Amino acid sequence: MTAGSQQTGWLHRAADSDIWWSFKSSPMTVVAAVATFLIIAVAFLSPVLAPHTPFDPATLSLSDGLKPPVLLSSDGDWAFPLGTDDQGRDVLSSIMYGTRLSLIVGFASVVVAMTLGITLGLLSGYLGGAVDALIMRVADVQLTFPAILVALLIDGIVRGIISVKRHDEIAIYVIVGAIGLSFWVQYARTVRGSVMVEKNKEYVQAARVIGLSPILIMVRHVLPNVTGPVLVIATINLGLAIITEATLSFLGVGLPSTEPSLGTLIRLGNEVLQSGDWWITVFPGITLAALVLAVNLLGDWLRDALNPKLR
Amino acid sequence: MAAASNNQPLLEVRSLRVEFPTRRGTLLAVDDVSFDIAPGEVLGVVGESGAGKSLTGNAIIGLLEPPGRVAGGEIRLEGRRIDNLPYEEMRKVRGARIGAIFQDPLTSLNPLYSVGRQLVETIQTHLPLSASEARTRAIELLKEVGIPGAEMRIDHYPHQFSGGMRQRVVIALALCAGPRLIVADEPTTALDVSIQAQIIALLKRLCREHGTAVMLVTHDMGVIAETADRVAVMYAGRIAEIGPVRDVVKHAKHPYTKGLMGSIPSLGVRSERLTQIDGAMPRLTEIPPGCAFNPRCGARGQRCLVERPDLMAAGTTRAACWLHDRGGVGPAVGKETVDA
Amino acid sequence: MPDGGGSQFVRIAGLKRYFDVSAPWLVRTIERRPRQIVQAVDGIDIEIAKGETFSLVGESGCGKSTVARLVVGLYPPTAGSIEIDGNDMGGRHSAAEMAALRRRMQMIFQDPYASLNPRWRVFDIIAEPIRAFGLAKDKADLEARVGGLLRQVRLNPADGRKYPHEFSGGQRQRISIARALASEPEFLVCDEPTSALDVSVQAQILNLMVDLQRRLQLTYLFISHNLAVVYHISTRVGVMYLGRLVEVAPTETLFTRPKHPYTRMLLDTIPDLDMTGRQRSPVGGEVPSPINPPSGCSFHPRCPFANDRCKSERPKALPIEGGTVACHAIEEGRLPIEDRTYTVGT
Repeated sequence: MTAGSQQTGWLHRAADSDIWWSFKSSPMTVVAAVATFLIIAVAFLSPVLAPHTPFDPATLSLSDGLKPPVLLSSDGDWAFPLGTDDQGRDVLSSIMYGTRLSLIVGFASVVVAMTLGITLGLLSGYLGGAVDALIMRVADVQLTFPAILVALLIDGIVRGIISVKRHDEIAIYVIVGAIGLSFWVQYARTVRGSVMVEKNKEYVQAARVIGLSPILIMVRHVLPNVTGPVLVIATINLGLAIITEATLSFLGVGLPSTEPSLGTLIRLGNEVLQSGDWWITVFPGITLAALVLAVNLLGDWLRDALNPKLR
Repeated sequence: MAAASNNQPLLEVRSLRVEFPTRRGTLLAVDDVSFDIAPGEVLGVVGESGAGKSLTGNAIIGLLEPPGRVAGGEIRLEGRRIDNLPYEEMRKVRGARIGAIFQDPLTSLNPLYSVGRQLVETIQTHLPLSASEARTRAIELLKEVGIPGAEMRIDHYPHQFSGGMRQRVVIALALCAGPRLIVADEPTTALDVSIQAQIIALLKRLCREHGTAVMLVTHDMGVIAETADRVAVMYAGRIAEIGPVRDVVKHAKHPYTKGLMGSIPSLGVRSERLTQIDGAMPRLTEIPPGCAFNPRCGARGQRCLVERPDLMAAGTTRAACWLHDRGGVGPAVGKETVDA
Repeated sequence: MPDGGGSQFVRIAGLKRYFDVSAPWLVRTIERRPRQIVQAVDGIDIEIAKGETFSLVGESGCGKSTVARLVVGLYPPTAGSIEIDGNDMGGRHSAAEMAALRRRMQMIFQDPYASLNPRWRVFDIIAEPIRAFGLAKDKADLEARVGGLLRQVRLNPADGRKYPHEFSGGQRQRISIARALASEPEFLVCDEPTSALDVSVQAQILNLMVDLQRRLQLTYLFISHNLAVVYHISTRVGVMYLGRLVEVAPTETLFTRPKHPYTRMLLDTIPDLDMTGRQRSPVGGEVPSPINPPSGCSFHPRCPFANDRCKSERPKALPIEGGTVACHAIEEGRLPIEDRTYTVGT
C-alpha cells in the first residue's frame, strides 16, 4: 500500500544512502578518509607500534643522537628510520606519540567547544529576547579576537595564577580549555540559526500542543535535526584545533617538551634547524600538514554532502 | 477535434520525453507527450504534483533544470524546431517569441533593479527602440496590465509591489516583445483568491486583444475551466486526456479525469462524501507496467495491466484508455466494475 | 449539529492577539521609528457546539491561522477568553488540570512535510501524545493503540516502522491525523489540512475527516481559504477580514444568502467549474496591511457600498437569519440581501 522499501538492516540502509553514494563517487574524499583513518589508527596504537618509547629517559642514549634518516644518508641506522634528535630520540616514534597527543587535544577541544556552543546556541535560539541578545553580543565580541589570541590570553592568565611546575602538569587541560573556549561561537551561531528555523516548524508546534516542556522539545525534537550542520563544523574545527594547538606549542605556550605534541616537536626541531638537522622538524611538519589536510577535505565533503542545495 | 482547425499550429510538440538521470537509473518524467497549440488558443495543462506538467512547460521554454534533459521528440514553434537550439539562440526565441510567467513573481524579477529598468532592458534586447521609446512602451505595458500610477511606479523596485502587482509586472515583462506564445506556470497559485480572479481576467483580456497563445500550466481545474479553450490532463508523465475544456470538464472520458473532476468540491450540491480516487499517483521510480493509472482504476481490465494505451479518440476528446479502444479492456480483473 | 440548548462546547469571547513587529530597540531609537503592532486578531467571538464543524475562511493575513494557534494555546491571547467545555484556558490551573485540558484538544497542521519530525519513526510520532499523557498501561497497550490509530486513518500498522519521508503527502497527513487522535481528543483544530494536497488526495482526507467526526463525535474548528471545501465540510462558517469576523452564518445560509459585501466578493471568486459562462467579477484592490488597518469598517476601501459612517465607525456584529453580520449597509437596509443559486453539477 505505502511507498518505499521494505524493512532492511541499518547496514544495508547506510550502504544505500545518498551520503555513502556521494562518498564513493569522490575519490579525493576516499583518499582523505583512508589517510585520516590510518593516521588516527597508527597514532593511537603508538605504544604498540612505535619502535621506541622516546620520552622514557632510561631508553635514550646520547650516542644515538642526530642520526639522519636511513634512506637519505649512509650514516642512517635502520633502528631509527626517520633519524633521531640531539637527545637520541627516534623521530618516527616521537611523531607517532606526538600525533596521538595532537589528536587528543584536537578532539577534546572540539568536544568542549561543541558542548558549550550547542548549549548556548539552544538557549539563545529557543528563549530569544534578552538571553539571546546577551549570548550573541558576547559571541560578537569574541569573534573580533583571533582564536589564537583568545587561547594565548587564557593560557597567559592560567600561567599568572599557578606555578610553572604545576602548569606543565595541567598544560593539556589548559590548552584544551583555551582552544575550546575560542571555538564555541561558530557552533552557537549555527545551532541558534537552526533552532530558530526548527522551532517554528509544525512538528515542534505539535509537540507544544501536547504540552511538552521546552527542554524536552529541545532535546528530543530540535537537537536531532541540527546535528548535520554541527557535525560539519566539528570536522572542519578538528583541523583548526590541531593547527591552533600546534601553533601554541610552537610558540612555547602549549604542551611542554616533556610531553611533546606535533607542534612541540616542530619547535624543538626548529631550534636545531640552523645546524642542518632538518629531519627533526620537517617530518613532524609533513605529518601535521597531511593530517590537517585530510581532515579538512573530509569536512569539505561532508559540508557539501549534507547540503541538499549542492547535491 | 475543435483543436487547431487553422492551417498551421503555432506550437507543435511531438513525442516529447524528459529524463532525469539519477544514480538509481534514469527517470522518465515526461513520456511521449504530443500536443499542438493554435495561434491565439489557450491550452490548459493540469495534473497533480509530479505529473510532469511543469517540466513540459520548462522544456518548451528551454529552461529545464539540470540534470533534467529533453531525451527525445520535437518541439516546433511556427514550424521551426526549437528544442535543439544552442543556448544563445534559444534565449532570443524565449524573449521575443515565447514569454514566460512563473508561480513566484519574485523569482522572475531582479530585486536590485527597478521595474522600469528591467522592462526597458528586455524591450531593447528584442526591439529596435531608443531608450526613451522603450520607456514609453514600458509605461504603456504597465498601464495595460493594470498598474495604477504607472508613470511613477515604473521607477519602483520589486519589493515595493504587492504579490498581485508583482505578478502583473511579470506579465508585462513577458509581453515586452509581443510574443506569440506565453507559457504560464501556476501563475495564480501564490496569490489570494480575490487577486487570482484579477490575474486570470487580465490574462484572458490580453490574449484576446493581442492574439497571443497561452500554455497555462496549473493544478487548479477552476482556473483552467474559466480560462482555457482546450485542456490536457497529465498523469505520471503522460497525457491521460486532451480535448475541448467543456467536454473534458463535463464529460470526461478517462477514468482518472472523471475521478479528478468528481473530487473537486463544488457549490450547489452538498453531498456527504466527495468522490475520491484511492491511492496516490505513483512515484517516477514505481510506475507500474501497462496503464500507469491501473492500480487506482475502477474500470481496470486484463489489458490495462500489460499494455500501455496511447491517446485515442473518445467522443469529443482523446483519452489514453483502453475503454475507448474498439477492442475494449478485456475481462475485468477481480470484482471491480466500471465506475458510474 | 448544534444542540440548540445553548451549551456550547467551545466559547471564544473578545479574543485579541497583537504582534509586536517593531525593529529592535536600538535600531528603533536611532532611526526614530515608531513601534509597529500587527493586530492579527482584533476581537472575535465564536461559539462552537459539540459535534459541529465551524469553519473560518478568509484570505492570507486575515488572522484565521492565528485564531487556530490561540485556541490550542500556542500563543497566549492579548485579550479575551477561550473556554473549552466550561474550562477557561487562561484561568489558573494546576499542571495536571492543564494536561487534562490539553489532552481533549489537538491540532492538524497544513504542511504534511513540516508537521512530522523527519528523524522519528512513524510509530514514535503517533506514540508521543500517548506517552506524554500516560495513556497506555504498558508496551503492548501502546503498540495496540498506535496500530489501531494507523488502521483508523487507513494505513497499515506495519507502517509504524517507517520514516515520514517514505510516505506521500496524503499519507503524511493521515499520520498527522493519527497523531492528533492519539490522545483521544474531543476537539480538533484543523489549520488548512488539505491546502497542500492535490485535489484527488484532498477528497480522501476530507472524507476521512468526516468519517472520523461521525464515529468519534469530534468537534472541528476548520481553517481554510478554499470556500468550496468549507461548503462541503462545515456546519457553520465565519468569514474573517483583517483580524475581525465580518459574518457568521450556517453554511447553507452563507452560500445562498450572503450578506456582507466581503463574503459576496469571496463567493464571486470561486472558479466556475460548471461552465455556466458566469463571469467572475473581480473586485479591485488588495487586503491592506494589518499594521495600519483602515479606520471604521476595515473593508471600506474595497467596498462599493461604503459611506462616511463606514469610514469612521466600526460596525458591530448584529444577529440576522441565524447568524451575525458586521456591516452598516446591511444594518441600514442600504444593501438588499439577494438569493444565490448554484447550478447542480453533472
